[in-house]
Amino acid sequence: MMMQMVLRRIGIGFATLIVVSIIVFLATSILPGDVAQIILGQSATPETLAALRAELGMDQPGYVRYFSWLGDMMSGDLGISKAGGATIASLIGGRLGNTMMMAGWVALISIPISIALGLWAAMHPGTWLDRIVTFGTLSLISVPEFFIATILVLILAVQLHWLPSTAYMTGEESFLELMRALAMPLITLVIVVSAQMIRMTRAGILNVMNSPYIEMAILKGVPRGRIILRHAFFNAIGPIINVIALNLAYLVSGVVIVETIFAYPGLAKLMIDGVQTRDLPLVQACAMIFCGTYVILILLADVGSIVSNPRLRNPK
Amino acid sequence: MTEEIIKTKEEEVIAKLDTFDELPDAPPKRRIKLSWVGKLSVAVVAFWLLIVVIGPYIAPFHEMDMDGDDSFLNAHSNEYGTFFLGTDYLGRDTLSRIMFGARNTIGISLLATLFAYLMGITLGILAAVKGGWIDMGISRINDAILALPTIMLGLIVIAALGSSIPILIGTAAVIYATSVFRIARALGQDIMVQDFVEAAKARGEGVWWIIKSEVLPNAAMPLATDFGLRLVFVVLFISSLSFLGLGVQPPASDWGSMVRENLQGLTYGSYAAIWPALAIATFTIAINLIVDDISAKSGGMLAKKMV
Amino acid sequence: MAEKLLEVKDLRISAYNDEKVEIPIVKGVSFDIYKGQVVALIGESGSGKTTISLASLSYTKPGLEFSGGEVLLNGEDVITMPPLRQREIRGANVAYLAQSAAATFNPAITINEQVTESPVLHGVMSQEEANKRAVELYHALELPDPNRIGFRYPHQVSGGQLQRLMAAMALCGKPDLMVLDEPTTALDVTTQIEVLKAFKKVIREENAAAIYVTHDLAVVAQVADHIVVLYSGEVMEQGSADEIINNPTHAYTRRLMDAVRPKPVAGMGTDVGTEHERELPAMSVENMTAGYGGIINGEPAVTILRDVSVKVENAHVVGVIGESGCGKSTLARVMAGLLPQAKGKVKLEGEELEGGIKDRKLSELQKIQFVFQMADTALNPKQVIGDILGRPLEFYHGIKGREKHAKVAEILDMVELPAEFASRYPAELSGGQKQRINMARSLAANPEVMLCDEVTSALDSIVGANVIKLLTNLRDKTGVSFVFISHDLSTVASFADEIVVLYAGRVVEQGPTDEVLEPPFHPYTRLLISSVPELRIGWLEDTMQKREMAVGIARGVEITAVGCPFYNRCPMAIEATCDVKDVPIRELKSGHQISCHLTIEELQEAEAHTQKILHGFEKVGDDKPQKPA
Repeated sequence: MMMQMVLRRIGIGFATLIVVSIIVFLATSILPGDVAQIILGQSATPETLAALRAELGMDQPGYVRYFSWLGDMMSGDLGISKAGGATIASLIGGRLGNTMMMAGWVALISIPISIALGLWAAMHPGTWLDRIVTFGTLSLISVPEFFIATILVLILAVQLHWLPSTAYMTGEESFLELMRALAMPLITLVIVVSAQMIRMTRAGILNVMNSPYIEMAILKGVPRGRIILRHAFFNAIGPIINVIALNLAYLVSGVVIVETIFAYPGLAKLMIDGVQTRDLPLVQACAMIFCGTYVILILLADVGSIVSNPRLRNPK
Repeated sequence: MTEEIIKTKEEEVIAKLDTFDELPDAPPKRRIKLSWVGKLSVAVVAFWLLIVVIGPYIAPFHEMDMDGDDSFLNAHSNEYGTFFLGTDYLGRDTLSRIMFGARNTIGISLLATLFAYLMGITLGILAAVKGGWIDMGISRINDAILALPTIMLGLIVIAALGSSIPILIGTAAVIYATSVFRIARALGQDIMVQDFVEAAKARGEGVWWIIKSEVLPNAAMPLATDFGLRLVFVVLFISSLSFLGLGVQPPASDWGSMVRENLQGLTYGSYAAIWPALAIATFTIAINLIVDDISAKSGGMLAKKMV
Repeated sequence: MAEKLLEVKDLRISAYNDEKVEIPIVKGVSFDIYKGQVVALIGESGSGKTTISLASLSYTKPGLEFSGGEVLLNGEDVITMPPLRQREIRGANVAYLAQSAAATFNPAITINEQVTESPVLHGVMSQEEANKRAVELYHALELPDPNRIGFRYPHQVSGGQLQRLMAAMALCGKPDLMVLDEPTTALDVTTQIEVLKAFKKVIREENAAAIYVTHDLAVVAQVADHIVVLYSGEVMEQGSADEIINNPTHAYTRRLMDAVRPKPVAGMGTDVGTEHERELPAMSVENMTAGYGGIINGEPAVTILRDVSVKVENAHVVGVIGESGCGKSTLARVMAGLLPQAKGKVKLEGEELEGGIKDRKLSELQKIQFVFQMADTALNPKQVIGDILGRPLEFYHGIKGREKHAKVAEILDMVELPAEFASRYPAELSGGQKQRINMARSLAANPEVMLCDEVTSALDSIVGANVIKLLTNLRDKTGVSFVFISHDLSTVASFADEIVVLYAGRVVEQGPTDEVLEPPFHPYTRLLISSVPELRIGWLEDTMQKREMAVGIARGVEITAVGCPFYNRCPMAIEATCDVKDVPIRELKSGHQISCHLTIEELQEAEAHTQKILHGFEKVGDDKPQKPA
């Protein structure tokens, strides 16, 4: 029963990935119209256009181009960047590592903080500290990431001179230097991601707190801490896993802004540059990586909440 | 004497029983009551909506006038007038640009959210009411779009089509219609299984009557609350694109792009990037506070009983 | 006299509305509980009985606050004690049993951990001791597989078992006082009796004191030593169970007793007037099978009803009775067209009807009206009563404008509600009033047949009794036929002209009310009849002597394709016959049918035997026949 549901979800995940690839392909290959015309611009003659189209494979029908594109993607051939003619794989390589490192650190720091703070706030609802947490996180999720980044730069870099305002890296710095360079984007992302997770952890717990079995626990004289940690948390764990996965997925959008502000040499910055120069093969590749990660994280969230459901784990 | 009192009391109870048959339920008068924070937030949102309408007419300068003494100056006056919030990187009046920018930032977001609602609710209710393969079809496509990070979708579309205001509105509308669809469909499905809808079906009512009289009136309030949240997301989305230089294009003013343009001013002690960021923050926080205030504050009730 | 355990003195509890205005809920209630005594708090919804009982745990529901008086537990006031002390007494000194065990057990924690949690936390006993005691209690409460049931999760055991497990949870810490809040209300009668018996047994064995909260006088008569009658947060009358049950002095108590329906016996059926008589039955169902999921060869994936035939004569009331899950609601849904049948025919005035609503004619839909169980959910909260009642008038009969207005007032008058109600929203009405509106909407269609699905189940006894009275009047006045579905045999018996007994999707017995309630019975009908609590002290003990009780209730319901569905619970089952052979339908006089392998003579003989046991149970005593488990 549970296995079936998990397999079903994985199946749906794969199907979604295929659909995503179709959307990305359609958006970047069909929507723009005649790429050859765009590349050649005013200087195009009918002959050069036809030649370029043939070279790009554009004289083929859409589905053929889609499948050959998909095949190339799968075999790691991400194509050649329009700008400079370097292979996209080589452009992406190092950048992907940088982005992954940042995301990893953010996850490592924000998940424990968020769950602890979320649980703590749920344990003391209505107190002024809880109000500060709710109001603070509400404000933080209401504002754009660049607002938080801007304020941080103003305070930590401009006023206090504690940290550099850009995250420039040479690849040869010591761990401490690396941390210093990473600090600003890291803090920004941790704040953005944690605010959401704290809110949703708190809401998830309080949602469960309405249940009659919580009232029963109170009437059994169970202390506050045990009610939250044993009675409420284990029922809210599905939603909480979901929240974590969704927010890690949310990092995907977060890095786009943060990498831009701090000039962090990550994948997102590369993609933005690609969008600005309309370097479509590069955008395609980056989009597929981001969307793929996102879909996989959501898939993990789904599977997590199935596995954590006691009714499904212990069938009749 | 006391005997008599008891007797009258008894009669009272019976009399009450006879008139009511039973104890009447307390009538739950569901009025929306806002706390002072909520009222303040309503004022803030109303203020910005007013600026959207009249901002360009009362702004001291035009959004493109480079009348300041220099770029990145803080508040000052010269022969052209007073620059209450200082000047930006081209020596333009920040206050005026915020007032003009409100129209772009809030206007575009509002339009996009409205379109998103139109699409999302129509398809969502349709899927909920009709069910079957119509529901399956729309839901699958919707899930696939929803499975993409919004900003990625925006980037892909803009990479393909370039940026212009109609494209921004259209893109945001389609992207956010997917989440509206999900909510409208879930709400619709909840309502469709209610006994009162079943009763209407048993009566032989048609689909349109059921949607019009049973589903929509009951879905209206939750959808209205959700509209606020969705608007916040759209504002953030549009501002983020603008901030990346892919949204509203210069020289038109927009709060997101104003932050981007003036970011380097921070190092010179200029607040030109902070003001528009604050404008966004006040607007979005205020909306979220209103929504928070309206939404039932249950949950905490039992938790407060913990020892 | 025994020692005083709990002393409630002038207790006052209030709610506060948005404007911080105090609304008194409990208005100066006083009573005492002695050790080993069971005190019943009885009253209808809104009487404050649950609120008062929770006060003994120093607890008020969110939104309520203590506003005066004292609750002394062993001489210590629980209201003013510090929070940490409150926590100490909860679970250790006073334990709570809620109405719905299914909701009060935490779905993510094993049963044993929940049962033993409180005593271990309070340091009353070690985990091992608690485990041991839990198993002892499982034995005492006659739970199946007592050594291992604790390892299961709540969703893995049945509702009746959970209810008893909750008793184990309350008793595990050996509390001085148990608070039982309507613990059997949500159960079927046959399960209720079993749970009641288990409760009574352990309360006696443990010599525990208890507060028993309920609206059901008949249940109270079985368990209570002392009764407190409450109305609107005030004590109307209190005294020993014997005094209150046999000699009530307060008018309200007598009112409550009147609303308790008498034990269903022959002679309850009413004479049906002949003025509405017609040749054809108003509605009939013939050899109908229905269920959910895809239909293959006339067999649905999940069969709910199998081969059911029911006839509804003009201006008659057909009562459909059975336990939850027997398919009684499904029968009404098939008749209304909400669920197309897989096999068989549904006829209206002799004309065959299509299965689904979409295929039925408007005039056919108008003639069959379905009244939903819960008025709360059956009325659109966003429509005023005038619109709710006006719609069928407009939809079926094209009545509009002023005429519609007048007609709505007329219909409101028919259900004994004032015409001003037309401008109110459902939320502004009380439960009973909403149920009247719910029925009025069906009446507005001017139907031939009204299908009433458990319309009195969610109502308080007095209100329910009034609704039944109203329905009887309506039947006499309009000549509408009713299909009245209920799990409550006494309600059905007092109102129906004919009774259909459903068990596991099959009709096991049907016929005129008086005939069905007169021996011989189908073994299941007899189980049902004997399970209905009587307003008589000692009824429970009497009934437990009957052999059906000993064997019939401990088993679950199985929906079977072959043989008799009641086979596994039947005290008279014949092996290799009842479980494998198709059940013959035995025709008695005037349309009375029993589906049973036993002949009428055999059933009659069994009946005589039971009567003997019942009347002479003191003598039978020890050698009561018992079928090995």
